Amino acid sequence: MSLPSSVAATAALLEAGGYVADPALATTVFLALAMQRPLFLEGEPGTGKTEIAKVLAEQLGRRLVRLQCYDGLDLAAAAYEWDHARQLMAIRLAETSGEAGVTDIYARRFLQSRPLLSAIDPDLPPAVLLIDELDRADEPFEAFLLELLADFQLSIPEYGTVKAAVAPVVVLTSNRTREVHDAIRRRCLYHWVDYPTATRERQILARKAPNVGERLSAEVVAFVQRLRNEDLFKNPGVAESIDWAAALSHLNQHELAAEAVDETLGVLLKYQDDIAKIKGAEAARLVTEAKSVVR
Amino acid sequence: MLMPEAAMAPLPPVPTGEGRLAANILNFARLLRRAGLPIGPADLLAATDAVQRVDLGNRTQVRIALRVTMVHRHEHTELFDHAFNIFWRDPEASRLAQAMAAIDGRKEPPPERIPPGARRLAEAFRPQQEPRKPPEERQEIDAVMTVSEAERLQTMDFEAMSAAEISHAKAEIRKLRLPLDERRTRRLRPDPSGSRTDLRATLRASLKHGGEIIDLSRSRRVTRPPPLVVLCDISGSMSRYAQILLHFLHAVANDRDRVQTFLFGTRLSNISRQLRARDPEVAFQMVSHAVPDWSGGTRIGEALAIFNQDWSRRVLGQGAVVLLVTDGLDRDGAAGLSENMERLHKSCARLIWLNPLLRWDGFAPKSQGIRAMLPHVDEFRPVHSLASLRALIESLSRPASPREMDRWRTA
Repeated sequence: MSLPSSVAATAALLEAGGYVADPALATTVFLALAMQRPLFLEGEPGTGKTEIAKVLAEQLGRRLVRLQCYDGLDLAAAAYEWDHARQLMAIRLAETSGEAGVTDIYARRFLQSRPLLSAIDPDLPPAVLLIDELDRADEPFEAFLLELLADFQLSIPEYGTVKAAVAPVVVLTSNRTREVHDAIRRRCLYHWVDYPTATRERQILARKAPNVGERLSAEVVAFVQRLRNEDLFKNPGVAESIDWAAALSHLNQHELAAEAVDETLGVLLKYQDDIAKIKGAEAARLVTEAKSVVR
Repeated sequence: MLMPEAAMAPLPPVPTGEGRLAANILNFARLLRRAGLPIGPADLLAATDAVQRVDLGNRTQVRIALRVTMVHRHEHTELFDHAFNIFWRDPEASRLAQAMAAIDGRKEPPPERIPPGARRLAEAFRPQQEPRKPPEERQEIDAVMTVSEAERLQTMDFEAMSAAEISHAKAEIRKLRLPLDERRTRRLRPDPSGSRTDLRATLRASLKHGGEIIDLSRSRRVTRPPPLVVLCDISGSMSRYAQILLHFLHAVANDRDRVQTFLFGTRLSNISRQLRARDPEVAFQMVSHAVPDWSGGTRIGEALAIFNQDWSRRVLGQGAVVLLVTDGLDRDGAAGLSENMERLHKSCARLIWLNPLLRWDGFAPKSQGIRAMLPHVDEFRPVHSLASLRALIESLSRPASPREMDRWRTA
């Protein structure tokens, strides 16, 4: 499928994939597609950064190539690896058959693709490359990405340069557990994904948790929005709201009730300090407030 | 940078085609630069390109187009939006000057500062004088609580430090290294006596001998020191040490990578970027402008709470070691201190408390703040003189003994 031609078309495309984007994000995604620049999304966990890449892949009819980052991620795991066993075998075969050429052990067939190489492989259909949680990888790994992000190509010393036939859509995400280097930031379009407004969060819930009743979902959103203003160690993300609404729905709740909120608080808050702080009186107060707003 | 046709074309829109738009973007970028945003020529080209792709009648789209190309950090977003609102409200030149002034008002006043190093130059021409005693060698300390009730928003004057003092202390401090026990990473590097076989390198070497493997190439794991996070108290009771500790922190920040430095009194300031300036005088001048609360009161609990909330997840990854430099004398009566110390302790690999009060032999952890903090630290050490700094550094190179803290906790 071709790339969207305007911001409105981009918003519609994301919408069709079940992603409710605010105008700023839709503009950013449109520009990333139009300018063929990588998209660097930073934000709190659970604000839908990874989801954008998935929806883009689905809606653009491209394959999704995902690279989950971790400490110690190296070229062999991220980009490519030579198949040493087959190379050795080829050398032995050449010896026994009396042929001289051993230099072709660096042929393409001995090269094993990992996500980065696969995303720019000109022999494969166009891709959406998701480099997830870049902050989890250590700094040396970022250097591997620079060439790829700037020119959508990889230089392999023994083989040559592999360049994408169609520029992949590249999405990088970070939770800011570490500051990503300026060199990466400069090559990307940067966007901070914030928590959604109440209206948008209700739209998201309607999309993502369709089985949850209107009243419950409105109250859940009002409650979570208020909770984010409390002084918590970790604020609940949209993903947590969706899970929580689904959890309450599974418990056959049709509206917020203080007891059910207390029992399911662990779906929303993931630190004991936060749960202890909110549980009981504070939760009851927030429930009352949320109800008064919805009514 | 691989760009489609638009950028490959000889950039006609920038100077001519768009008329005032391109010129305005240029002016806007200059405004942002004056406000302290790092915007390079590449960003400018990208911004011009981006703006032409969105609906120029739609203000939000234009703002986002400029923002995604010119802003690379979340911290700068607010400043950008503010500048955008001022600049793109009225394009007339007369208002522009106002906008410039408004933006300039948001950052520290730049000019009529004596260029750093000027005083040192002046002193260099003066005849040699008797070096004053560096303050860290003083033996007495007043135990009076110098915490003032109102927050004293004063800027500390580093001018008081003479070149002789600097060079004396600097020479000493430069010899200090922080040899924290290294952590194994998952990276490999070639090493003939390494424990792992590097097949890729082995095969490459074998090609020289017609595919015959003569020698195995080996590699070993790389070790590197863990990230270091320093939280330093600059309240009134600590001011005697702040000056010399800053030197130490500057030396540490320039000696190794991954050092984050925070100062706290009544508020928390991240001075990591300022300390990275090579010249200590330049660095300290930047620090003194960035930090508003020199020699005020201390709210340790609150400062730690802010650190835990805003920074801990960003800087405490990958086995970070935390140096907490404070005397533990808290103005707030240790409110929230215990909880936040516990959170901090649980978020880092090793928490070391450096306390200048520990210089006294008869020191006993009596103060409320100290008692609240002690259960949550891995090590407790003095830091009041060059000698104690040196002792600290020696002890840091070996892992902490689990029993060491017992004598403080039972006290």
